[in-house]
Amino acid sequence: MENKDYIIELNNISKSFGDKVILDDVSIKVKKGEFVTILGPSGCGKTTLLRLLAGFGQADKGEIKINGKDYTDIPPHLRPVNTVFQRYALFPHLDVYENIAFGLKLQKVPAPEIDKCVRKVLKMVSMTDYEDRDVESLSGGQQQRVAIARAIANQPKVLLLDEPLAALDLKMRKDMQIELKEMHKKLGITFIYVTHDQEEALTLSDTIIVMNEGKIQQIGTPTDIYNEPQNSFVADFIGESNILNGTMIKDKLVEFAGHEFECIDEGFGENAPVDVVVRPEDIYIVRNLESAQFTATVKSCTFKGVHYEMFVETDKGYELMIQDYNAFAPDQEVGLIIRPADIQVMHKERTCNTFEGEVVDATHVKFLWETFETLPLEGFEHGEKVKVQVDFSKIDLIDHVEDGMLEGDVHFIIYKGDHYHLTILTDDGDHIWVDTTDIWDKGDLVGINIAPADIKISKCNEHND
Amino acid sequence: MKKFFAQCYIWFLLVLLYAPIVFIGIFSFTESKVLGNWTGFSTKLYSNLFTGNMQGTGSLMSAIENTIIIALIAASVATLLGTVAAIGIHNMRGRGKQAISFLNNIPILNPDIITGVSLFLLFVFLHVSQGYVTVVLAHITLCTPYVVLNVLPRLTQMNPNIYEAALDLGATPFTALKKVLLPMLKPGMISGFILAFTMSLDDFAITFFTRGTVGLDTLSTYIYTDARKGGLTPELRPLITLMFVGVLVLLIVINIRAMRNAKNSQR
Repeated sequence: MENKDYIIELNNISKSFGDKVILDDVSIKVKKGEFVTILGPSGCGKTTLLRLLAGFGQADKGEIKINGKDYTDIPPHLRPVNTVFQRYALFPHLDVYENIAFGLKLQKVPAPEIDKCVRKVLKMVSMTDYEDRDVESLSGGQQQRVAIARAIANQPKVLLLDEPLAALDLKMRKDMQIELKEMHKKLGITFIYVTHDQEEALTLSDTIIVMNEGKIQQIGTPTDIYNEPQNSFVADFIGESNILNGTMIKDKLVEFAGHEFECIDEGFGENAPVDVVVRPEDIYIVRNLESAQFTATVKSCTFKGVHYEMFVETDKGYELMIQDYNAFAPDQEVGLIIRPADIQVMHKERTCNTFEGEVVDATHVKFLWETFETLPLEGFEHGEKVKVQVDFSKIDLIDHVEDGMLEGDVHFIIYKGDHYHLTILTDDGDHIWVDTTDIWDKGDLVGINIAPADIKISKCNEHND
Repeated sequence: MKKFFAQCYIWFLLVLLYAPIVFIGIFSFTESKVLGNWTGFSTKLYSNLFTGNMQGTGSLMSAIENTIIIALIAASVATLLGTVAAIGIHNMRGRGKQAISFLNNIPILNPDIITGVSLFLLFVFLHVSQGYVTVVLAHITLCTPYVVLNVLPRLTQMNPNIYEAALDLGATPFTALKKVLLPMLKPGMISGFILAFTMSLDDFAITFFTRGTVGLDTLSTYIYTDARKGGLTPELRPLITLMFVGVLVLLIVINIRAMRNAKNSQR
């Protein structure tokens, strides 16, 4: 199927290096002239995706279309895209002019035209009169401008930018962001921009693609991504947020932090467990306790320039972050109000740990490559495949790794107001999700134990979640 | 005091190391037929060497010519092979890369005599008639690892995106190699070439075992034969002195280049 509206179509791209899955069934469509940012933490596969687009490396599976044409197996030099690399990658043996003219000379463009084009792109990146300079004598920012000039001199249909501003200092980065945005408008070509900086992504993009662990988490405009994150990873990664466990009581009514709130979300069903996100600037903090939806005590207050950042403990013991132009002193009793439209309700990806297991004998079951003791099992045959479920809060994490049944490290942490929700990556590469009030750091090695009474076994075909 | 002894020690070592060559250098400026007999200062041996006014001139001149031509061919071919090999090794991953780098170092550490004998046996086994061609082949074998050793560090220092940038801008892999990779590797290739050239120049053992019986002489084998005939031809003294100075100059050039490269990469 050919669709002329899309300049880039990535269909079901997968890529692994050895055992490690870098990209897992990624599909993206990009419209002509869009500024698209691929955003994610380091190691999420965003650079690999960009390299596949440029033609450096082959996808294990999937299809890459540029301008409606299949480019999956076409080498990089025949692709109508150009790349701005993170560490500039200028040719050190050539001067600025020759660096920029490199691609044009290969295309056998006549010399006067090359001259004109080089001068034009140099002007575009505010580097006029730098033609004869040795690239190694330029500062980092200047080198990056030359790298951008070199890429756009070739007049690509798509410009790929791999964290181009990561090596620059903050002030320079902000200036370059504005220039890039203007350049995008002037050139009218498609930009695909890779970054781990969420602020940069929000500033620059028409569309943001949030990635984590080789999968796309959400695709949307900056406002969509910020105001309506689809899962707790996106909410946590983009901006500051309060993420809490909640229950959707019925349409337009949600319970969290021990209170019921009106909201605008529908279609979650009744009494459905959900994740709730409230941005810290969307919680109204007032002195008048009567007019408030609920009350809290201010724990700390820090001046952040434009606003104050406060942590409060609510009447039901939840910690919330609030940003407000007014300061409230610690220990002060305050009222809090959250408007229905500012409550973002998200489906929970899971409500407990579910593993595939196998019954070993009357009191043992094997899952996650280990044999666990359980309460006496009835009605199960030995060797029978079963579904094993363990609540998030019923998994014990211990410091002494060797005392645990399993070993793993803390992979991801989300604070949920009154507890931490951890993702543990076991040594065997399995994920276990844990609710705990103990403080762990990302990367901590932990031992994992599960008490016999907390292991729930059910027949494989039953659905009880 | 401690410093004084340390200084004495280093000078003592240097004298021990360089006495023989200095000795020959000094006695190249006298006409005496017997080495060690000073019969007054003269540059006659030097002029004999260049005017050819001496016994066995023809064979000495052809030996010098052979030496230089063989060294040039061997160093050129080795530079080509070594550079390609270095690029290949650089792009390998994991254990294979380590293994090949290790294998590359063995010929450098292996005694020349063993390389010479084994090449000799190989040529006999393959029924290759030995002569000029086998000597050149043997010298290429000798020289290539040194080129690899000089080019590989340039590749490791290079930003891997640079080659990709060339492809990205529309260069075919071959054009990218020619216009970007090779110019960047040039300093390493030149150092490698010079080192290979000097290695070939002073080789004796390998040449001796692979030159066969066609009467091919390089300088080292000529001097060996000459010395065995009964005493060195006096004109060899200035020749040895000149060669020493020549190699010394080349080594200094290599070192200056290495220092300059180190400074550039620091910047």
